[in-house]
Amino acid sequence: MTKKWNMIVDIERCNNCRGCFLAVKDEHTGNDFPGYAAEQPRMGANWLDIERKERGAYPIVDAHFMPTMCNHCDDAPCMKVAKNGAIKKRDDGIVIIDPVKAKGQKQIVDACPYGAVTWNEESQLPQIWIFDAHLLDNGFERPRIEQQCPTDVFKSVKVSANEMRELEVTEELEVLQPELGTKPRVYYKNMHFFTKCFVGGSVVASIDGVEECVEGAEIVINKDGNEVGRATTDAFGEFKVDELEPNSGAYQLEVSGSVGSVSKTFELGADSQYLGVVALT
Amino acid sequence: MKLSVILWGIPQAMRTCAMVFPKFKERLKEHDCIAQFALREPRGRGRWIALKNGKISTGAGIHSNPTFTIWFKNKKIAASFLTPPFDMLERIHAAKNFQITMDGPDNLIVWFMHLVASMESYTWTEGTDMGDGVKRYTNGTNGGPIFVYVKDGKILRTTPMDLADDDPDSYTIKARGKEFKPPRKTTLAAHGACQKSMVYSKNRILKPMKRVDFDHKGERNIQNRGKSEFVEIEWEEALEIVSSEIKRCKKVGPGAILVANGSHHQWGNLGHYLSAFNRFWNLIGVSKLMHSPDSWEGWFWGAQHHWGNSMRLGAAEPYGTVEDCLQEAEMMVFWSSDPDASYGFEGTQRRRWAKELGIKMVHIDPYLNHTAAHLGGKWISPKPGTDTAFAQALTYVWITEDTYDKEFVEKRTTGFAEWKAHVLGEDDGIPKSPEWQENETGIPARDVRALAREWAKKKTYLGAGGWGCGVGGACRGPTGAQWARMMTILAAMQGIGSPGSNMGNLQFGAPVDMNFYFPGYAEGSMSGDLAYSANSTNNYQRMPHIVTMNSVKQVIPRMWLPEAIMGKPKLGYVTAVDSVVGQFFPIGYPSPGHAKVEMIYKYGSSSFGTMVESNRWVRMYQSENLKFVVNQSVWMEGETTYSDVILPACTVFERWDIGEWYNVGPGYVHHMYSMNNHRVISLQHKCIEPRGESKSDYDIFLAIAEKLDLGAVYSEGGNSELEWCKRAYESSDAAKDMSWRKFLKKGYYIVPPEPEESRPPVGLNWFYEGRKKDVPEPYPLPSDYVENYGEGLQTPSGKYEFIPTTLAKFDDPERPPLNKYMRTFENAENEPEIAAKYPLRMLTPHSRYAFHLMGDDEGCFVRDIREHRVKVDDHYYLTCRLSPADAAARDIKDDDLIRLWNDRGSVVCAAQVTDRLRPGVISVPTASAEYRPAGEPGRSTDLGGCVNVLNTKKPITTKSHGIRPNGTLIEIEKWTGVDTWKPVEPLSEYVA
Repeated sequence: MTKKWNMIVDIERCNNCRGCFLAVKDEHTGNDFPGYAAEQPRMGANWLDIERKERGAYPIVDAHFMPTMCNHCDDAPCMKVAKNGAIKKRDDGIVIIDPVKAKGQKQIVDACPYGAVTWNEESQLPQIWIFDAHLLDNGFERPRIEQQCPTDVFKSVKVSANEMRELEVTEELEVLQPELGTKPRVYYKNMHFFTKCFVGGSVVASIDGVEECVEGAEIVINKDGNEVGRATTDAFGEFKVDELEPNSGAYQLEVSGSVGSVSKTFELGADSQYLGVVALT
Repeated sequence: MKLSVILWGIPQAMRTCAMVFPKFKERLKEHDCIAQFALREPRGRGRWIALKNGKISTGAGIHSNPTFTIWFKNKKIAASFLTPPFDMLERIHAAKNFQITMDGPDNLIVWFMHLVASMESYTWTEGTDMGDGVKRYTNGTNGGPIFVYVKDGKILRTTPMDLADDDPDSYTIKARGKEFKPPRKTTLAAHGACQKSMVYSKNRILKPMKRVDFDHKGERNIQNRGKSEFVEIEWEEALEIVSSEIKRCKKVGPGAILVANGSHHQWGNLGHYLSAFNRFWNLIGVSKLMHSPDSWEGWFWGAQHHWGNSMRLGAAEPYGTVEDCLQEAEMMVFWSSDPDASYGFEGTQRRRWAKELGIKMVHIDPYLNHTAAHLGGKWISPKPGTDTAFAQALTYVWITEDTYDKEFVEKRTTGFAEWKAHVLGEDDGIPKSPEWQENETGIPARDVRALAREWAKKKTYLGAGGWGCGVGGACRGPTGAQWARMMTILAAMQGIGSPGSNMGNLQFGAPVDMNFYFPGYAEGSMSGDLAYSANSTNNYQRMPHIVTMNSVKQVIPRMWLPEAIMGKPKLGYVTAVDSVVGQFFPIGYPSPGHAKVEMIYKYGSSSFGTMVESNRWVRMYQSENLKFVVNQSVWMEGETTYSDVILPACTVFERWDIGEWYNVGPGYVHHMYSMNNHRVISLQHKCIEPRGESKSDYDIFLAIAEKLDLGAVYSEGGNSELEWCKRAYESSDAAKDMSWRKFLKKGYYIVPPEPEESRPPVGLNWFYEGRKKDVPEPYPLPSDYVENYGEGLQTPSGKYEFIPTTLAKFDDPERPPLNKYMRTFENAENEPEIAAKYPLRMLTPHSRYAFHLMGDDEGCFVRDIREHRVKVDDHYYLTCRLSPADAAARDIKDDDLIRLWNDRGSVVCAAQVTDRLRPGVISVPTASAEYRPAGEPGRSTDLGGCVNVLNTKKPITTKSHGIRPNGTLIEIEKWTGVDTWKPVEPLSEYVA
């Protein structure tokens, strides 16, 4: 079976150093790659962009980052609206918007549900991150963003469809908005930092009249009688239970430690929650 | 060989070179002259070489009308000087002792000597051929070393370096059953990765310029400086103005010229201000700025009194700490420590290993900083400036629960009894309990107890400051000295130097080779300056060159330059590193016998974006006392147009240089390259020609020098930058392994890692165990040991002093010997009016994406990073972080334009609402290359983002001249678009 390019992006590894963001700009400003991509504008064209998601509230907060770019979809919506064969899908899976044929076709920009196509006003071209096809075709082993990244967020893999299915399972990969049926070739690991909620709290107890953090308390979270998460408090009495569905209604929290226990209910809306100080009695 | 043959050979070599290399042939046409080589004894012996329209003619003996003469004392000296291989030490020696002298026009001598010396370089090849007309070169940035791909005279792309298979192996660290190896590539911070856009920025200065209403022979119109337009002029006119003004000012008196450089430079040893710049200005004689140790403040003015380490400006010993931490530590406490923000990503990889090993992490910072967010762990957010109270309460728990290293305290320290009494409240009636600190810091008492108990139970690494062993963050605030001192107290109470218990955050101390010599940028390179660099340690002997000395002794403390110029005598304190007490020595302006400064030669790096209370700088430029200002810069920055003449310098990519990544040098930051996973020495290729008419700093200084007959001295007889690179390279241990030719071609050299058995021992472990110092650090000086040489710390007792003896001899109310907690300035108790008017505390850390303001240029890619700047209506505004509560109270949402202000200044930024800040705290980086006053410069709201206009010029402690930029009080509101702000002219001594 033909091997095709895919990109795996591990969100946990990204710390927003912006190396990839700048590498794409470095590669494509001031450079025309005929047949692949025309020069991008000096400023404002973020072919690769980075989304930021902060969850929680003081003192339990986390922040994660997700690089996004053209997904080189197998069933690309942009290809459906392109005229004159302006967009081609290569045998190796990479999508190329022809920098000559695509001139004036602004509808290509709007067609992408991921917002990954940028419009170059000066050259009147829709433009995307091209998976560095021009480099891969000329001796480079991997796209620049992979070489640039100091924490191995990116892993490009040229594999068969079966091998990719396997990787999806073993690496627990997801794509953006799978329900759209676009069949992206960019896969994400640890996407729950963006799509799921956590609930956290600080468990305390009064010991000899003094408020202390409770370490080692058991946290159990139930929904409709089923356990959906469990944790043990750390030395600061803090716990964090992750991967809960947003906007999922009511939950029960049971906390039990050697000095006491407590129960609470909470509702999960769109955001993660810090339940505050939870005192054992 | 006979001298006559050697001399005859020179023009022959020139003819051959011209035949083979068209470029050399072209160069011969640049000047017509007759060069005479002559002996003093016997008279009449010699050879002349004439150049006319590029044609060479020559003859033996003495020409009747030579343009210039190079005299050799006798045959032996001439032969030795002119016969390869050239021994630089012998050549310099001959020149210093007048065995060789030169008569005639300085610029032609320089030109001719360089021509002859350059012949060899035409056979040199450089760069790696990548096919399709692309050459790959190497260079260096403040954010890491870099490959540069060039095609058709243009930079195609820049990337981090991938190590080749035949480059030395990387180190391995074995810890807890796992083996760790770093990736085989270098890393680049954002400000290193954006360099192509900096080189080609529309903000590059490409031709010299002059202010339209400035006439150095007539009306200077000083009152318009910063407001007038500029017009482009030719180099000849620019050099004429600058050199004549230098001559005029020298006649006014010694020290009338002041040079003002920033704290940093583009990377590279030769072009650095400690090198080419210092060399030049020593030959002129100038007043200089005394920089405060601005990254170290609290460590320098405070911490070092407890344990010495003056040559590290008070920071801790980093040796072996990466391995020790990974192998032994159970917890890491990052205290005001955000290495991922400012120090690249080599350490990030190592901290991920620590996370993999299950080492617990705690982050103490008012902001959930970048390192904290990436690693996770417990976040403790004290109110800015109150950390000391928190730290004291930790010691309270250790003392009351008896969980500190009693043996270490007893054997290796002094003063503990007094410290203990204070913590327990026996002296002032205030026990420094967890409940007491809660009132100051906002941190729940229970968290203090939990952390103190964890710390006592677990082997803990204290990552104090950005480097983990010092520097940055809380040390640069009003309570910075208190805080840094507390860090050493905490470390001492838990037995610093025992396995797994030390200072560090995996940033410093990687197991690279620490004995392999390559000069760092602080070692002065070609400067010849033994007084203001670490030149005397290694470089001066390894790369023999001529000494230069600044005969002018006048110095102005940098943070009070505006006051000094505007006519107020200023007192500062010496940033001494050779002893702990050197910092007590006052220095004053004006200095006895010296003239007042009336000319400033400003060298890059806009002060408006970096200096505290920077509106003062703006106003300074219109002072009638300042007759002439030159600004030598690469890019148009906020301060550039506050000048009379602008000289265009080029980037490192347009000139030759050489450097090693993060190698600074002894007496400043020794072994800083231990932050890297590999030691990488880069040739910094001249990848493209200088853009427009910009020149390298070296060439600019040489051009001015020639106007003053200093060209031959400055260039040491016509050395070009490439020749200096060769000399620098051959002075290092790398040349023993890889020839200059090979290095020139390949562009980089990787130093093999230190084998496991010979890695240096862990810092301070020798002290913990009561042995002699056994780490490769050449200090303290022998004179600063009180026990036998190599025994004990650099303190009067030789031990760690809880109550520093040195501070007891110096009366600074903000640095009492007993490290009391004193509330940060502008607090509700001491200054209720200010505190009521300005309820928010502002942190001004360094930017993550620009290096100070390098990278913040209007033409730079970095501006598209939303966490740095946000584009609103065609302008990129600096990003300012605030909490949801503070935002909601002011009806502020993400990306809204907001105004930050207080009595000193007013700035417009773009809002970023985040839960990563506790309410009441603002975080906005000092990073603005741009100054854009809405009205009168220095007296109106700045739209560019120079948040430093808000910070105070009060020194960190009364008797110092350190800065305290963090923790200033401000208020914020949505920007209305109309500027109504006016500065409040306060009454205190500290303001102009």
